[in-house]
Amino acid sequence: MNLHTLTFVLSITLQSSMAVLFATIGEVFTERSGVLNLGVEGVMLMGALSGFATAYGTQSLALGMVAAMLVGGGLSLVHALFTITVRANQVVCGLALTAVGMGLSSFLGRPLIGRVGARFSAWPIPLLSDVPVLGSALFNQATPVYLAYALVPAVWFFLFHTRAGLNLRSVGENPAAADSAGIPVLATRYVWTAFGGMMAGLGGAYLSLAYTPGWKENMTSGQGWIAIAMVIFGLWNPWRAALGAFLFGGVNAVQFTLEANQITLVPSYILRMLPYLFTIAILVLITRSKAIRARVSAPAGLGVPFEREE
Amino acid sequence: MAEPAICLRGITKRFPGVLANDGIDLSIGTGMIHALLGENGAGKTTLMNVLAGRYRPDAGEILRAGVPVRFRSPRDALRAGIGMVHQHVMLVANHTVAENVALGLDAPRCLLRWRHIEDQVRRLSETYGLPVDPHARVGELSLGQQQRVEILKLLQRNVTLLILDEPTAVLTPTEIAALFVTLRRIAREGRSVIFITHKLDEVMEIADRITVLRRGRCVADLVPADVDNRRELARLMVGREVLLDIHREPVPPGEVVLELRNCSGDDARGHPAFRNMSFAVRRGEVFAIVGVAGNGQAQLLAALAGSASFSSGQALLFGKPLESAGCRARDQVGYIPEDRAAVGSVSGLDLTDNVLLTTYHRFCRRGVLQRRAARARTQGLLARFQVAAAGPDALGRQLSGGNLQKLILARELSKEPRLIIADQPTHGLDIGATMNVWNELLRQRARAGILLVSGDLTEVLSLSDRIAVIFRGELMGILSAADPEAIAEIGPMLAGVRQG
Amino acid sequence: MTRFRLEQRVEPSTAGRYAGYAVAVGLAGCMGGIVFLLVGANPLTAYTVMARGAFGSLHDLSEIVVKAIPLMLCGLAVGVAAKIQVWNVGGEGQLVLGGIGAAGVALFLAPRVPPSLVLPLVVAAGFLAGALWAFLAGILRTTLGVNEILTTLMLNYVAIYWVEHLYFGPWRDPMGMGFPGTAILPEVAWLPRLPGTRIHLGLALALLAAVLLQAVLSRTRWGYEMRVIGENEQAARYAGMPIQRTILWVMCLSGGLAGLAGMTEVSGIHYRLQQGLAVGYGYTGIIVAWLARLHPGGIVLAALFLASLLVGGDQLQAVMHLPSAVGLVLEGALLFCVLGSDLFSRYRLRWWTSRA
Repeated sequence: MNLHTLTFVLSITLQSSMAVLFATIGEVFTERSGVLNLGVEGVMLMGALSGFATAYGTQSLALGMVAAMLVGGGLSLVHALFTITVRANQVVCGLALTAVGMGLSSFLGRPLIGRVGARFSAWPIPLLSDVPVLGSALFNQATPVYLAYALVPAVWFFLFHTRAGLNLRSVGENPAAADSAGIPVLATRYVWTAFGGMMAGLGGAYLSLAYTPGWKENMTSGQGWIAIAMVIFGLWNPWRAALGAFLFGGVNAVQFTLEANQITLVPSYILRMLPYLFTIAILVLITRSKAIRARVSAPAGLGVPFEREE
Repeated sequence: MAEPAICLRGITKRFPGVLANDGIDLSIGTGMIHALLGENGAGKTTLMNVLAGRYRPDAGEILRAGVPVRFRSPRDALRAGIGMVHQHVMLVANHTVAENVALGLDAPRCLLRWRHIEDQVRRLSETYGLPVDPHARVGELSLGQQQRVEILKLLQRNVTLLILDEPTAVLTPTEIAALFVTLRRIAREGRSVIFITHKLDEVMEIADRITVLRRGRCVADLVPADVDNRRELARLMVGREVLLDIHREPVPPGEVVLELRNCSGDDARGHPAFRNMSFAVRRGEVFAIVGVAGNGQAQLLAALAGSASFSSGQALLFGKPLESAGCRARDQVGYIPEDRAAVGSVSGLDLTDNVLLTTYHRFCRRGVLQRRAARARTQGLLARFQVAAAGPDALGRQLSGGNLQKLILARELSKEPRLIIADQPTHGLDIGATMNVWNELLRQRARAGILLVSGDLTEVLSLSDRIAVIFRGELMGILSAADPEAIAEIGPMLAGVRQG
Repeated sequence: MTRFRLEQRVEPSTAGRYAGYAVAVGLAGCMGGIVFLLVGANPLTAYTVMARGAFGSLHDLSEIVVKAIPLMLCGLAVGVAAKIQVWNVGGEGQLVLGGIGAAGVALFLAPRVPPSLVLPLVVAAGFLAGALWAFLAGILRTTLGVNEILTTLMLNYVAIYWVEHLYFGPWRDPMGMGFPGTAILPEVAWLPRLPGTRIHLGLALALLAAVLLQAVLSRTRWGYEMRVIGENEQAARYAGMPIQRTILWVMCLSGGLAGLAGMTEVSGIHYRLQQGLAVGYGYTGIIVAWLARLHPGGIVLAALFLASLLVGGDQLQAVMHLPSAVGLVLEGALLFCVLGSDLFSRYRLRWWTSRA
């Protein structure tokens, strides 16, 4: 394989991993606060739709992104209301949110199918993008990708080196302890669940405004679920979760390249199954790894509603 | 006495079905160690939770230096200088000591400089004699060390009133002595300490002032000098002459029901939990394993129950290897777990289902469950053991702690076991329920051998014929309860000094 | 100052629960109305069209039953797993596998076996194929502890791509005239229907499954073990119950039930393996199970209710040209409302005035 193909594959890898990346970073924060949001798929779809619709109507990509984040955050607040205050079963709430998101986006998005709207074009960063292979793959991308480059180290720093990050982590691990130390547990969970939704919405908008682009029913094809799997693969750490997203993008890129070049080594239907089988494989890998399990596990308070006995 | 630092006036707190605090008045002076004494269920923890901002009182007020204050959350109480170390550790197990101490501080504001925080932790721990490593993961520390972290957290926040809820339950005698030194130092600085306990000796040793609670009310407020002896305190606690000694007739020991030969086992993570355990339990005797919680008892019991395996050695149940023990053999073992609500029973199912929990094999005929017979049996057990419940259809969560333990006891004893394993059977029960359980266990000696695992010395000394002390997974020695000299050695053995 | 708080009831209140249901349905109806307004449709008209479409004629009523059959089976599938806190979100994929198994046996085995055996074999194949698909996720959960929600979900996508490949490729009907799908299954493999309707023998299977499941749960020792494991796994462990083994066989049973749903769709409705098998019954099954609070009898009723929403939704598409996805929105909204109304049966609102 020559350098040109390598650059191409790398570039596609990055592009294919973005949606999952945004969503998985968001879900890391949500789960770190102790809330399980399984509605990511539905939220991403609504984000994709609202982002596309807004950009289509206003011709402004920025407004589209903002709209997607607001819609994503808003839907996740509904989830937060039901899981945190109403204390309903978090799994079922998330599945209901997915159903609502999928149905609502299909329903409302009908008139927009096939329309051509605003889209992000690649914005090469001067100098950096001239670097062979890595440069042209990494620095000749759409704007949201650069946003992601900044996002990952920023959230890592936030999580481990700021007070708000420590509070967040503690709320997810032991809400009773955080409560005793004076931290507002419920408010914290609301905030980070909304943030997770905003990120998922952003990921969806990336799909409809940069990757695909356009609107199609159920265009996420399970990437929301894959994002949730990546949180586990990443052991709730933003760097590792981003790595998972990147690996997923890589599998996608391989599939794309093989199909584009009509290499019939692997039948196309198996290629299409690859991302999902890959997700199962890495889940198995991560839960099997004894060394890792002994040291790191899910936030101890994940999925359990918090009630201070009064 | 100088102006009281904190005053509680007329504090009343209700929970569904129980009046935990009934118009309690309490004055805490500065520079004092104030003991709050009462038996289990008297309302001590509830009262302190009100003071620490965790609960809101239904009536009454809190005065700080004469000014009424209202705490809407623990944060408000902490801001007012009141902090509490709870019975169940309120630390984040997966975080380090430094991360735990830093949690909830008002400063530094945004960015955390870990090195600075670690230095602070080291400085505080040296000053107050509370040695801990800031880098250590809290989950891997012993309970005694975790307690030190909790105290450091509060000292870091400069609390003026420190509340400790039953702190000595998880400490060895040496650690208890060290804790008392720390507390005296804290008091000398002008801070106040409230010490919740039900142990009379500690009260006499450490307290400057004693308040006794009974059934939600304050029944006495005195200084140690006023108290003639422990018996009188006990009477105040319970309201009647308490027989601190239980009547234990000797029963001739029979055949060996459980024997361990050089058994070792690991914990869930694969680290060794207990080593070279050798002992035998005979029918007719109560064999106790006493030790501070967290020294390998839980893992040993898990191996005996069959949910974990021994890594080496041989265990014999009724003379046959434990691993190959079939349903019938296991059916003759009655196991009373430590956590009666979360492990020993199912709160969401009814009492019949709860009785079936370990006896359902007997009610199955070709797969079909004979529910009617089980229900009748449950009804009988409720009556015979005087369990206060609405009936066999009541839910598990509707029973109080004492009644739940009675039900579990009834269930296990109805199997007519030849071996009874009782893990902290009276933990959290009041005196009445405790005596009940003790008498029942002693009565079973005619038919069974009893393995008692407990951290409560009083319980162990009252019930046992032979006592083994466990420390860091090993038995430090096996003593006969009849030998008065040997009893004196238990203290050092709990801290790791071997017998002999 | 008047304050109130939510206090957990000691015993869940049945009156509260039914009141909750009523409120939930009403609230979901309002939310649906808002959605209709968003697309410029009159909510009252829309609901009337749906109602007329669902209950207007005997034919429509029979269609409700037809759609309810796979919903019952998928609902039972999700319900039996959820009883022990195992979340089988893979109903869709297991349904597809059931269809594959049924079609495979019907197309390739039927000619070689006596006719009376064909239908039982088809039913068995449907069940076993679905059970196998669920087993994959189950074994990963019991031996390695991999979260079954994600594995069953991923397997859904795999199943759908696989079945597409089959009926577009190796199993394609050579005389299909461009319409992708397998050949029509031999008549001997068709599920008999109630004359005049499309209601097929699958209904009997679904009802039988519900009855059996209820009996097992309440009267057998496995049902008892399941109830304990679902309520409190620690207590189940203490009691020596075989937890991992139970999880595994329950997963297989769950997958088998969903597989039966697929088999009934193939052998009772389409009579071939084609597009239109995976239409979301697996996911709707989750809603059915939860609405019925995992009770087998309730699942039958909930399935009928949701089926009427689906049939009404189809009518909406035909008459008012609104996307039938509104059905999914209404279901999701209903689920949320039921989850919220659950609050009233589990908790009680307590007011009191405190001296400021």
